[in-house]
Amino acid sequence: MVMFTESDTARLDEPVADGPVVRPLRVKRRIKGRPVNHANGSCETRTEWVGHVARIRDAQDQAAFAELFQHFAPRVKAFLIKSGSDAAMAEECAQEVMATLWHKAHLFDPTRATVATWVFTIARNKRIDVLRRQRRPEPEDLGWGPEAEPDQHDVMALQQETAQLRDALTALPEAQRELIEKAYFGDLSHREIASQTGLPLGTIKSRIRLALDRLRHAMN
Amino acid sequence: MMSNKIKHHLTDDLLMAYAAGTLPEAFDLMVATHLTLCDHCRARAESFDAVGGCVLQEQDAAVSMNDGSLAATMAMIAQGAPVAKPVRPGCSVLPTPLQDYVGGDVNDIKWRSIGMGVKQAILPTTHEATARLLFIPAGAAVPDHSHNGMELTMVLQGAFSDEVDHFARGDVEIADEDLHHTPTADISEDCICLAVTDAPLKFNKLMPRLFQPFLRI
Repeated sequence: MVMFTESDTARLDEPVADGPVVRPLRVKRRIKGRPVNHANGSCETRTEWVGHVARIRDAQDQAAFAELFQHFAPRVKAFLIKSGSDAAMAEECAQEVMATLWHKAHLFDPTRATVATWVFTIARNKRIDVLRRQRRPEPEDLGWGPEAEPDQHDVMALQQETAQLRDALTALPEAQRELIEKAYFGDLSHREIASQTGLPLGTIKSRIRLALDRLRHAMN
Repeated sequence: MMSNKIKHHLTDDLLMAYAAGTLPEAFDLMVATHLTLCDHCRARAESFDAVGGCVLQEQDAAVSMNDGSLAATMAMIAQGAPVAKPVRPGCSVLPTPLQDYVGGDVNDIKWRSIGMGVKQAILPTTHEATARLLFIPAGAAVPDHSHNGMELTMVLQGAFSDEVDHFARGDVEIADEDLHHTPTADISEDCICLAVTDAPLKFNKLMPRLFQPFLRI
């Protein structure tokens, strides 16, 4: 697919607008710059999935949904199989998770979660419902305030910080990363989960906290 | 509903387990109730959700969906959204997640007396752990007890004090095997708490021990 991240693309376009003064620096940086996106070609730093969800929400856009489906449905299925589901059940649940994404597109808040995070929470709740046959109490929903559209800067910042979190996760020593994955596949009880994840969660936590504060402010 | 005065928060272990979806239902209920009142912990919990999002993204593409999967999903979507259960607004005592379990507001709690003015209502969850609401009259004490497992107690109305500290609305006390305590409600108001345990309590005096079969805790 697309090989440039959002920032790469911006750098290519910018000289036209900014004039030649900064061009040499940019050229130099491009030569030295290492690719920001991951080896497997996924594009976590891009915000395009956010746009896909908006197109589903605003226009019931089936083409946008098909692309989201192609990317996320197999991952949800793989996640559910690793969580102990058989393939047939995982297939059915992955379809239901994607259908939920369609129906709940208006509830997605890109200043607090990436689309991947949001899909994860839907898949997790599906697993609790179907595999554990248990209700899942959730905190009270924080509805959107009067200003419906989130600030693009906030959206971009959250997406980038999540990309950094993902880099940190993949950079962890193998044994530690496996422990975290096992926790999320449901292979560790809450007694076995160690709070020391070794992951830099402080930045992303502060970012989400700011988004919550803005929501509270808008509600009052 | 939200409070900025909360001093006693949930641990990272509990928040990560909540994000991972591995807690017993009673503990999920405690976490969801606290997060409704505490944006500090909600932000922490959602950052653990983000770890889950990263784990999901890392799933390799070796698994593929069946033929016709997208069409089947579109057909499912065409049938319309499942009917959402009505959202309860939350009253001044019971946050929304608890209202779902009580089936109403604070006036709908089906209290049962357990002696000495203390009342409880066990909430319907799976049996790995027990969630109950506790009513402690103003100025009264819950019998001195220790715990086999973990006990979380969160204040919903009023406040209590014990050997550890003072706890007000939204504060969570986390007690384990090592803690013997006698929570005493503030004199100003009757205290209502949500208490969650993953093992029966041990009472340290003979009388309360006799009550234990009735307590079902």
